[in-house]
Amino acid sequence: MNVIVRLAGLVCLLAVTCFASGTAPEKPQPGEELFRADQVSGHYGGNLTIGGRAEPKTLNPVIATDAVSREITGRMMADLIEINRASQQTEPALAKSWKISPDGRTFTLQLRKGIRFSDGHAFDADDVVFSFAVYLDENVDSPQRDLLIIDGKPLTVTKVDQYTVRFQLPRPYAAAERLFDGLAMLPKHLLEKPYKEGKFVQSWSLSVSPTDVAGLGPFRLKQYVAGQRAVLERNPYYWKVDSKNERLPYLDEMTFLFVGSEDAQVMRFEAGETSIISRLSSENYNLLARERNRTHSQLVDMGPSLEYNFLVFNQNDLDGKKLDGIMTKQKWFRELKFRQAVSAAIDRDSIVRLVYGTRGAALWGNVGPGNKLWANNAIPHPQRSLEAARDLLKSAGFSWNQAGRLIDPSGTEVEFSIITSSSNAQRMKMATLLQDDLSRLGMQVHVVPLEFRALIDRVFQSFEYEAAIMGLGGGDADPNPEMNVWSSSGTSHLWHLHESEPATAWEREVDTLMQQQMVTLEYGKRKRLYDRVQELIAQQLPFIFLATPNVLAAADLRVGTFHPAILDPCTIWNAEELYIRTPVESAGVR
Amino acid sequence: MNRKPAILIVALAALHLTLLFAGFLAPYDPTAQDRDLPYAPPTRLHFKDASGLHLRPFVYALKPAPDGYIEDDSQRFPVRLMTRGAQYKLLGLVSLNWHLFGVDEPGKITLLGTDEFGRDELSRVLYGGQISVAAGILATLIALTAGAVFGIMAGYYGWIVDESLMGATELFLCLPWLYFLLGFRAFLPLHLSSVRTFLLLTGVIGLIGWARPARLVRGIVLSVRTRDHVLAAKGFGASDFYVMRRHILPEVMSVLLTQAALLVPRYIAAEVTLSFFGLGVNEPTASWGNMLSVLQQYNVLVSYGWLSAPALALVITSVIYGFLADALLSRLEFQST
Repeated sequence: MNVIVRLAGLVCLLAVTCFASGTAPEKPQPGEELFRADQVSGHYGGNLTIGGRAEPKTLNPVIATDAVSREITGRMMADLIEINRASQQTEPALAKSWKISPDGRTFTLQLRKGIRFSDGHAFDADDVVFSFAVYLDENVDSPQRDLLIIDGKPLTVTKVDQYTVRFQLPRPYAAAERLFDGLAMLPKHLLEKPYKEGKFVQSWSLSVSPTDVAGLGPFRLKQYVAGQRAVLERNPYYWKVDSKNERLPYLDEMTFLFVGSEDAQVMRFEAGETSIISRLSSENYNLLARERNRTHSQLVDMGPSLEYNFLVFNQNDLDGKKLDGIMTKQKWFRELKFRQAVSAAIDRDSIVRLVYGTRGAALWGNVGPGNKLWANNAIPHPQRSLEAARDLLKSAGFSWNQAGRLIDPSGTEVEFSIITSSSNAQRMKMATLLQDDLSRLGMQVHVVPLEFRALIDRVFQSFEYEAAIMGLGGGDADPNPEMNVWSSSGTSHLWHLHESEPATAWEREVDTLMQQQMVTLEYGKRKRLYDRVQELIAQQLPFIFLATPNVLAAADLRVGTFHPAILDPCTIWNAEELYIRTPVESAGVR
Repeated sequence: MNRKPAILIVALAALHLTLLFAGFLAPYDPTAQDRDLPYAPPTRLHFKDASGLHLRPFVYALKPAPDGYIEDDSQRFPVRLMTRGAQYKLLGLVSLNWHLFGVDEPGKITLLGTDEFGRDELSRVLYGGQISVAAGILATLIALTAGAVFGIMAGYYGWIVDESLMGATELFLCLPWLYFLLGFRAFLPLHLSSVRTFLLLTGVIGLIGWARPARLVRGIVLSVRTRDHVLAAKGFGASDFYVMRRHILPEVMSVLLTQAALLVPRYIAAEVTLSFFGLGVNEPTASWGNMLSVLQQYNVLVSYGWLSAPALALVITSVIYGFLADALLSRLEFQST
């Protein structure tokens, strides 16, 4: 008898925990200004598991710099204005609308009324003002701070009324509304105390209790198991509803597993332990495609990404005593015809085929075909031509010796090394292809794989290298994030860092153009300015562009509304819309 | 008489001759890329087609298909013996372009498939074996020479020489050599030519390995130096060098030979390990280690099994040397009884 009672109690307890595991979404309340996603329909329930490459460093969105931390905090937080990853355009988020003054310097944002943080606390202009105070605080040192400082002056934020905030920019700034994407709004009621005590940087670390974290994103923290997983559960007060006026998100829970390398992620995915895998290499994509029927997966090829891989020659000002070997070679690297010859000799089609298994695109400029709004389609795509390359070298005074080796005007054999990251198999392959291509011009090229940190140190600090294969880009489609690469004082102006003033006439012109486009508000005019930048870069070849991979992703067939985009986070940017299909629905999809 | 040594010697000779004549046996240049044929599977030899049976085997060209390649059976390419192809230097001396077998262009015969750049895997295994096995043998020679010299000196002179040398061996024995080499490589200039990398690598592997043979040799010398004939030679006024060369070295020789047979495969594996981690011989030169490094990628491991061919070659080589060491050891035991 006693046993039966106990058993019954246990069953009841189990049932309660089961039902309680997913917090039920609140019915939309009158007075709540919700975002209505008209195209979206799905149904509630389910837990989605996602494999991640590493463990996050923090759950604090203000100081997160690594991709995994941003991916997880991004699901728990929301911004005032968001970039829709599918259309690459801005759309209202916590701000339901905004007005820009005619001089382009004042932004007035209307906040949604009646919406609440994931702990039920109301959200208003005070939270916005608090958040920006934190982002602009030097002591917090947020990576987003640089974006908010224009011409050395911070933007200012004022509360107009409970649901209106005004932003004042020091000068007109193109596409300023894009700045708001990635600036998560913080709960003042939870974070003001640690901020005032100077403990903001330590708050929301990985050991934080879930009840101390609240955000405006579709999910909230449920559990964090160090080294293993982060479990998020539905935010019952989320501010988006679907076409049936039901509150999003659909999923009860979302689990991030810390898996490790891409290969490990693929194995977990194949075993059915994870349901979504993003940033796949083409080899692994093809592997999954072959097993598509066994693993019941949907594979998406989004086309060319925004990343650009390139060969860069060291044109930095060097310390003559220590690096004289490299200095003598800089005579070649600074010769435009030499760089043009190298570019002409590269078989980019083979790179796309052999490195990316045709899932990629050849590049001749810094903006690839994936960036539909900004790519300059007038940039020529010359075919590979060894003859043209030889002619260019001849006209620059190079010649060939008896053994067929290329020699420079002073009679030195052309020999240099290309460094690349040993952990990036794709760039290693590119290096080997380039080595073979350039040997046809009589150049002796050595490929040196280096550990990633050693590579970065050589390229950014010691300048102890001759040429390197690297990759950049992939953030936003807008030209502004590219400022630090192309303006001569930029921190990623890799071929010639720390220029006190533009070293060449064309770099001076690029500086001017980049500055102009930043303060020009009209898209057409900005596009013309940026087109000219791309043209100059393609002519002057500070980087020799190689190729860009396609954005590839895979998901379990049961994941509904799976619409990956080429902007990060490419597979879960619409986490609130993802749902788990029933077996019947899944069968229909197949 | 046991016949095993005879078979062993044949196998050993076959292995080394194969590698020595790699240029002739390999149908292609090991660094020549065929960018239309990445990851091509091993070529199938056919004897039969629509027109019936053929005595001379033939192959078909490959054409790309959604999941790899399919054979294009519109044209047969008979396998020919003694064909002309890529230039190579036989034994590093004579420039030749004769190859044992091949097919007419545009056909291709890749009996072990191709790698990610469409390079012939068989040719690369053969040429890569030259590098890997030569590295093993050279490193063994260095280690044993150093080991013998220091071991004999330590054992013969004793006292302070013995103490300091054996102290040094202890230091070397407890050295985590893989980490040591990783660190060592970081100090080298960025681009060394393949030949230089190779020589340096062998030198370092050999120099690190002298400790163990030195201790073995010392042990033997300790017992030999008090034997009557050695003491007699010394009594008649023989120089130290004479005694070492005439009376001690012969006693040590059989131990050194056994050690050699044990160390060669170990050092081949050391080269393979280093190249596997990208610290050894660089692209495009083939070595078994850098060929195997593509298997670090999961998709290659599960999709292109033929790229593990160098591992098989390594196993075969190690087994042959293993049996050799065994045979030498039993001979040693036979002598001492």
